[in-house]
Order: sequence, then structure tokens, then C-alpha cells
Amino acid sequence: MRLLIKNGTIVNNDNTQKANVLIENDKIIDIINHEDVTVDETINAEGMLIVPGLIDMHVHFRDPGYEYKDDLESGSKAAVAGGVTTCLPMANTNPLNDNRSITEAMIAKSKNIGLIDLLPIGAISKGFKGESIVEMGDMIEAGAVAFSDDGLPVTDSSVMRSALEYASSFNSFVISHSEDCCLAHRGVMNEGEISTILGLKGMPSEKEEIMVARDMLLAKLTGGHIHIAHVSSEWSLKLIALAKKEGINVTCEVAPHHFSFTDKKLLTYDTNYKMSPPLRSQRDMEAMREGLKNGLVDVIATDHAPHHSDEKFVEFEKAPFGILGLQTLVPLTLKLVEDNVISLNKMVELTSYKPAKLLKLENKGKIDKGMLADIAILDPNLEYIYDDNLNKSKSKNSPLLYEKLKGAAVYTIKNGNVVYKFPECITK
Amino acid sequence: MVYNKKDLIGLRELSKEEILYFLDSAQQFKDLNNSEIKKDKLLHGKTVINAFFENSTRTRVSFETAAKRLAADAINFSSSSSSVSKGETLVDTIKNMQSMKTDIFVLRHSASGAASFVANNIDASVVNAGDGANEHPTQALLDLFTIKEHKGTLEGLNVSIIGDILHSRVARSNIWAMNKLGMNVRIFGPATMIPKYSEVFNCKVCKTMEEAVEGSDVIIMMRIQLERQNESLVPSIREYSKFFGLNKERIKLSNKDAIIMHPGPINRGVEINSDVADSQRSVILDQVENGVAIRMAVLNILNQNRKG
Ligand SMILES: [Zn+2]
Repeated sequence: MRLLIKNGTIVNNDNTQKANVLIENDKIIDIINHEDVTVDETINAEGMLIVPGLIDMHVHFRDPGYEYKDDLESGSKAAVAGGVTTCLPMANTNPLNDNRSITEAMIAKSKNIGLIDLLPIGAISKGFKGESIVEMGDMIEAGAVAFSDDGLPVTDSSVMRSALEYASSFNSFVISHSEDCCLAHRGVMNEGEISTILGLKGMPSEKEEIMVARDMLLAKLTGGHIHIAHVSSEWSLKLIALAKKEGINVTCEVAPHHFSFTDKKLLTYDTNYKMSPPLRSQRDMEAMREGLKNGLVDVIATDHAPHHSDEKFVEFEKAPFGILGLQTLVPLTLKLVEDNVISLNKMVELTSYKPAKLLKLENKGKIDKGMLADIAILDPNLEYIYDDNLNKSKSKNSPLLYEKLKGAAVYTIKNGNVVYKFPECITK
Repeated sequence: MVYNKKDLIGLRELSKEEILYFLDSAQQFKDLNNSEIKKDKLLHGKTVINAFFENSTRTRVSFETAAKRLAADAINFSSSSSSVSKGETLVDTIKNMQSMKTDIFVLRHSASGAASFVANNIDASVVNAGDGANEHPTQALLDLFTIKEHKGTLEGLNVSIIGDILHSRVARSNIWAMNKLGMNVRIFGPATMIPKYSEVFNCKVCKTMEEAVEGSDVIIMMRIQLERQNESLVPSIREYSKFFGLNKERIKLSNKDAIIMHPGPINRGVEINSDVADSQRSVILDQVENGVAIRMAVLNILNQNRKG
């Protein structure tokens, strides 16, 4: 099976070129400037961007346990509809992914669906109890790539220390859900002017920063690699910048909602803007954008967190935290490009190249000869309503659902096969 | 009609004219309440449900009295927020009661935003009788009515709001309204009970009780929730009353004819000493009286809006 993607613009982290991509089976076998080849299929990517398949280091697929929110199939479909070909699901499933058999089951199910590569993140602690660490070696053997109790912090510093040290002996890393739960217990949004107006219990950004600081120090102590999940505050980034400058082994990610929205969105008590960490101030949002621009932020990850409509259709205080992210990753990130915050090359670095590097995925993250044919073809100018027809998640908890968006993946190719095609696209 | 919305959720979203309209129309009901036959037929044949998901005997009785004096059928429903959580949602519960052809819901709930959430999802009118720490519009209206009654005016008055501002819906509703009406508001309380971002209130934040009270025309003492002690917001009731309570000495700093208010029920000897609560300056019982008139006005206006 040979596939040619012609007339498009290839965007890599370090270069942009107009060229054709020749794919054979699951590999990119050549980048060529002519069409003089025999192929089984051609995709005309005129006016489109050809980028390496996006890698989302932070998703929640709710499978096993909460399949009514999303399962591996609907999650995979949402991923490829968003141009994402590799996903790292967090461990807060039910049962938790804190042992090899769950990891194996998740991978097997995902392989069977065959749309994306699933690289599970194992729990740090058994039962998410924060007491003793999981069998990391065994889980890595089964296919887990990193460890996180995401959703909950590891409160006990000595457990976090062990996790960092132990993971490093397997060349793996720990992802920190940074939250000092005692500070502003039961907060439901950012503590700031808006929470003061609304009379909702706020979570000060220090709630996150205190834990970021601790984890920087534990990384210093252990030499282990810590990855800070969903950074949302200016001071978290300041602390990370300091740690990086001091040579501490730290990386971090920012979610699209944190570089796109502020807590002003909560003025109508819309539970689809309720997430943790919460949307913060203008100043914090601008710090996220600056961090993406200046290279302090390593990765954009969605924190795709589906919740059923009934769960979100309640009083604000009662609603669960989290929003969908996979299908709005491309439009929200392209908006950053349009706003001149980052270049297209930087976008590719943040959404594919750098995640591949962090995860040591040698054959991903670039459109190049010999690489795996995981490709997203993006139309940066396509305007459309993100509606139920497009939404592939079982859940609807995106504040952007039914809104007009610009920019989308019009083709997603996984292992050389077209696994998603934007419905109304006329690319042939 | 100056006010033509379906619901009354909060004073933050109201204009000065709308606020004054409620105050003005309450006067006729106050007069009615002082007459021999305290009854009008304005809401005859209408059903008003007092849906209280959080306890408050006083507010409920006030609304119930208001509805009955307007000849409405007033029904009380009370349930703690938590007991509803066994499967049925807040909106389900309300929609269920709406099916019984309810015209107006008076809603009290512990969650901020609950009133607008319900109002946006039903056809019946909703009066917010207090939602979390967000708003308590009828309480603020009755406060304003009482102040105007005693002072003859509202504009230019110095008002001190003292106590737990952070958790107070009464304080919020008052602050939003008073700013619009040209009153000078100051707030004071232990720093743990003053929002860190209180600049959004656009009023002065005082550092001491003395500063808060000095030159004041109106002093509104906020109720302190004794159970908030668990949140380590104040070390003890004793210390609270010593540094943040209102007593005779402190009142001397206020203007000579200053009035003392409290949304009730008061914790005697905590936020307010009995010698103050029962003094000539205290208008606490006037507030209670005016509450019925304000609530009659609100119910009547919303009912008229339903016809239109
Ligand atoms: Zn997460």
C-alpha cells in the first residue's frame, strides 16, 4: 500500500517546506518534489499543513470503569478527529491502572480498536493512596511509560521521593499533579476577583505553586525527571524556570484552556469552564503564552476529561472538574499561531516533536524519511461549528461545543492508514 | 414597568432605577401591612413555593407572610441540599414542583449560582432568597428600604459593613446596590473573612473597628457563622467579640444619629452586644417588618411581569 500526500506544506519543528510525502505501509519512505511515483492512493493537501501526528501526553479515557463518559473507542475516535495519533491515558480509571494487568488490558483493547497508539501512564502509588509505590518495572514491561496519581497529589514527600528515584532506575519519569489540597480545601475555581464577585470558594494559585516548589526540590534531591502536569499559574512557571536554570531535570505541560481562557468565563457559572487547576487570571494566561513562546513550556497536553452532561448539569459547586480537549487542541493552538504567540514550527514542537523526545519515541514527532507514517493534515483556515456531528466523545462538556471554530485536522493518518477524514472536506 | 425580568436573582445585575423601583413599590405594602386588613388580592389564585434547600426559618416565614398577604397559595418545601443528592437533582426537584403549576419559586440554596441555574432552566419565576455566598437581594432591598426610611435619603450616606464579608451574600448584595446608589461603603472584619481581592467591591477596607465605625451613618453587622470556627478563620468567639464586635463604646465614634442593622438572627454578645442590639439606634426589628413589604413588592412585580 503506497500513499502520496501532495501539494501540501510540511511543517516540522525545525523547518517548513512545500513537498510531497510518500508513504509505504506504515512508514514515510520519501519526501519528494515531484509526483512521478506509482501509488495506490493520493491525497491532495493543497493549502494544508502536513504535520507529524499529535501526541497528547495527558488524557482521561475513563476506560475501564466509567465508560459512559468515554471509553477507549470513543476516546480514540475523538483523538484522531483532533489530529492526535498517540495518547497517554492517566491512571485514575476504575480499577486504577496501578498494576500490570490493567496496563496490558488497556493496551490490548486499544490495539484492537487500532486508531491510535495508547501509552498508559501508571499510578505512582498503589490504590492512589499515596503510601507505597507501584511495581513500576513490571508496568513498564507491560507498556506503561510514566507514572502519575493525576487527579490527586502525592502528599507524602518521602513517597514522591521514592517514586522519582525508583522511576529513574527504569529510565522513566514521574508526572506531578501539583496541588496542596489543604490550602483552600473544596475550592471550586481560581481565587481572584471573579471568585470574590461570585461568592464561590477560590483556589489560590499558591495551592499549585507550593507543590510545584516541593517537587522541584525533590527532583533536585533525587536527580529524577519530574514532569509537571497542567501548569496554570505564573509563579509555577517562575519556579520551573528557576529549576531549569539550575539544571534540575524538569519538564512541564500546559493545557489549551489555560492559554486560551481566563476565570472571567465563569461569570455565568457555566460548569463547562470548571476545571482543576482552574482557569486563572489574565496575568496567568499571559504567562502561559509567554512560557510557550520562550520555550519554558515543553509540551501542550489537553487534559481531555470527559464528564456526562448530567454530571455537569448541576449547581456549580457540585459539578466535576474537567473539560473535553482532544478536538479543540488544533483550533486553540492554531489560534496561538494566528495571534503570533508561536510559529507553526513551534506548534509542532509543542504538540508532537517534544512529546516524542520526552517519551523517547524515535520514530515519531517528525515528517521525515524513515519515520512512522503518523500524520495530521491540518486546514488552518477551515471554519466550522463544532457540533454533535463532529464531536466524537461520548461526553459534551466542552464550552466550545456548538461554537464556531477555525482550523481542524482534515485527515489523520495512523501507521499509513487514513483513520479520520473531516466530514465536509473537499480535498480530492 | 421599570423592572421587567422574569426573576430576581441579584442586585449586581440591576440598575439604580430598578433598585429604586422595588423600594418605591414596597411603600404601598408597608402601608397595607399597617392597616386593619393586611390583605390584598394581587396574587389571588397564584401558587408560590418556598423552596428552601438550606434552613432559614426567618426568611421563609417572611416570604410566606408576604405571599399570603397577597392572597397567593404559599407552599413550603424544605430539604437540606444533601438529602436531595440521593439521585434527584436540584433542577429535577424544581421541575417536578413546577409541574404542579407553580408560578413563583422562592429559592434558598447553599450553592452560589443555584438561583440563576434554576431560573435559566424553568419557566416559573424565581426569587433568590439567598444562594451560597453570592446574593440575597431581598435582604439588601429591605436594608435599603429601612435606611431610607430612617435617613430620608440614600445617596452620600456612610455605611459600614462589619464581619464575615467573605461568606456573606447579604454583604455582596448590599455592596453592589449601595455602590450604584451613591452610598459610601466601607467594610471591616478579621482579615480571614475579608476577600483578598476585595477591590472588586470598590469600597474602602478598614484596618480597625474604630476606623470602620468612625463617622458612620449606618452600621451593618454581619452574622458570624459559629461553625466557621472549624475553618480556623477566627481563634475563638471570645476574641472575635473583643476585636470585631459592636459595643456602646465603639458606637460613640459613629455619627450621632447612626443606625445599627443586622440581618439576623443575631449572636448576642458575639457580633453585637445586647446593650446595642436593644438600644434606640437598633433598627433590627424594623428590618424584619420591612422585609415583608419588600417581599410583597418583589412577588407582585414578578407576577405582573409574568402576565406581560
Ligand atoms: Zn488530568
